Amino acid sequence: MRPRLQILSSETIAHILSEAYALLEEPGVLIHSARALHLLAGHGARVEFERRVAHIPPELVHQALKTVPSSFQLYDAGGKAAVQYGGDAVHFDPGSAAIEILDPHSGRSRPPVTSDCIRFIKLADGLEALDALATSLVCADVPQEISDLYRLYLVLCYTDKPVITGAFGIASWHTMKELLVTAAGSAEALQEKPRAVFDVCPSPPLQWSEITCENLIDCAHYRVPAELVSMPLAGATGPVTLLGTVVQHAAECLSGITIHQLANPGAPIVWGASPAAFDMRTGTTPMGAIETMMIDCACAEVGKSLGLPTHAYLGMSDAKVVDAQCGLESGIGAILGALAGINMISGPGMLDFESCFSLEKLVIDAEIIGMARRLVAGLVERGTPLALDIVRQAGHAGNFLSLPHTRRWFREELFIPTPVIDRDFRNAWEEKGALSITERAARRVEEVIAAYLPKERPPEVLQELLQITLRAAQAAGMERLPVVTTE
Amino acid sequence: MEEIIIRLQEAVVNGDLELARAQAVQALEAGIAPLVAIERALNPGMQLVGERYEKGDYFIPDLVMAAEAMKAAMQVFEPALLARQEQQQVPGIVVIGTVEGDIHEIGKSLVATMLGAAGFRVYDLGVDVPASVFVDKVREVGADVVGLSALLTTTMRNQEVVIKALEEAGLRAGVKVIVGGAPASADWARLIGADGYAENANEAVEVVRKLLSAG
Repeated sequence: MRPRLQILSSETIAHILSEAYALLEEPGVLIHSARALHLLAGHGARVEFERRVAHIPPELVHQALKTVPSSFQLYDAGGKAAVQYGGDAVHFDPGSAAIEILDPHSGRSRPPVTSDCIRFIKLADGLEALDALATSLVCADVPQEISDLYRLYLVLCYTDKPVITGAFGIASWHTMKELLVTAAGSAEALQEKPRAVFDVCPSPPLQWSEITCENLIDCAHYRVPAELVSMPLAGATGPVTLLGTVVQHAAECLSGITIHQLANPGAPIVWGASPAAFDMRTGTTPMGAIETMMIDCACAEVGKSLGLPTHAYLGMSDAKVVDAQCGLESGIGAILGALAGINMISGPGMLDFESCFSLEKLVIDAEIIGMARRLVAGLVERGTPLALDIVRQAGHAGNFLSLPHTRRWFREELFIPTPVIDRDFRNAWEEKGALSITERAARRVEEVIAAYLPKERPPEVLQELLQITLRAAQAAGMERLPVVTTE
Repeated sequence: MEEIIIRLQEAVVNGDLELARAQAVQALEAGIAPLVAIERALNPGMQLVGERYEKGDYFIPDLVMAAEAMKAAMQVFEPALLARQEQQQVPGIVVIGTVEGDIHEIGKSLVATMLGAAGFRVYDLGVDVPASVFVDKVREVGADVVGLSALLTTTMRNQEVVIKALEEAGLRAGVKVIVGGAPASADWARLIGADGYAENANEAVEVVRKLLSAG
């Protein structure tokens, strides 16, 4: 059997949903998008246009839940299905979107630039634990106006994996879609085999900014998968009671699904979450708090009860360096997310309240992911009898290593970590330099990046991707894209 | 009289709005001058709350509720002050808001609350506030301090836009500008020509006090 985390009873889920429906009616949802307000009004919601508040009746939400798909797939550049959204499939992708990178040489954080972003993509491309890339770094060496699409451009050039991304503006969403269409070959090809998911984040409590709401509707129109990332802060922008925050999260996601399905019934969308339990001492938003993870898992459970694909931000740490806190918070989060059967777990590599990325942390997290996957694979009966014959065969001499049975099964029974995880005898560890995990991780980063193989792309596709990006850069006042010096 | 002062102070320290309001009314009925009640009950109460926060015994909700209790008592005292033609000493006038394009409220409101509790007269313009609205309000109320909040990397640049607008309006020399929000930092504040940056609401009060005492 598959081990599973369940933290809500079906009665509690029903209670959560009924209160979420009630919140959508009163006080309703504050939406800074005329397009969304008109859409809702046109389908029977009571809309106060002056206040920009839509009171959404349960019937509209029910209708949306009937048309929303329960599953969909993401494809790699070769057209192979690589990510299953829906059911209990578990995937991991790096956290997003960091405005800082932890520089391993100085030990300090600084804004990332293009060469950092490319190193990150090559690393994430090479880590098998990651089924998808994310546009994790916001490059500081390009104008802000193109910082969202520029990172997608780099990802499309340097990896074949699917990608979790997001737009920072209304217009740039369209440029990003153009990049994806170009990479896919045509708009039809992209619709048939989506490569990317766009994160769209409501603003707690119960609000949609114009940009995110327009992104949401554009995703629906073009059937580009959207991922709702509702992020109430328990005690600050949501109730301090954890279940209260789960209710608010459900209401925000349901409002998003309703707008999205009204815009284009049947378009794919994910029930996602990035809540946090507000820290009452410092006023920060700890992603490594156990309560944050409990809310995440509960939110996913509510989404699953509705038969929806799920996502959550887990496996992150609020530590400022790659230390013991970093390991423990990331480990707990990734394990809980996997046990909860969350389809896409975003967060590996992220430090400091989701603001700072560390390549070293990413390779450590890849080990955690390996362990989490092993855990949910469960204890499997490899045959009957379970042990009777083999223990008798070994007898009291007990040398199981010399039995074919051991060689037959050990690779399936054991997750075998890379040398990032220390399992040496002490002597061997000392002979290898007595390295800490952070030092071993730094070595592994260089190894994986060195082993990177360039992706094959038709030159005209690369050229077109470049032109699209360059046009956007020039419109933002940058004549040439940054020259990459690491090649 | 002593008992009422003690109970009013306790009401603030415990963040009890109802009790604070009731004790304020009682203080007036007992003939305690509002300025005396403010100086002997409310201010020391808030100071105690601040000390407890620094020590780690109190948390942000304790701070906020104490500030709300103080506000409730002040609402009782203000008409009385007006009637007596007295004025509470205001250490400064603050205009605060979240910059255009950004609808994040919580951090900004926390700072506004703490500044209000520290005695500043605070004009909270809310969220998604255009530069021109900041400029108009600064001119209208003669602000000493402008607080600019931004939570997004994409909107933080609008903090700079407001500073420029204040310059163009010829108001920049007369006000101190502080910035805050998750992506902001002391470096960022320097870069865009702000006068101060604070990591949290309590620190914001200290920063504002320092800026104003430095002239």
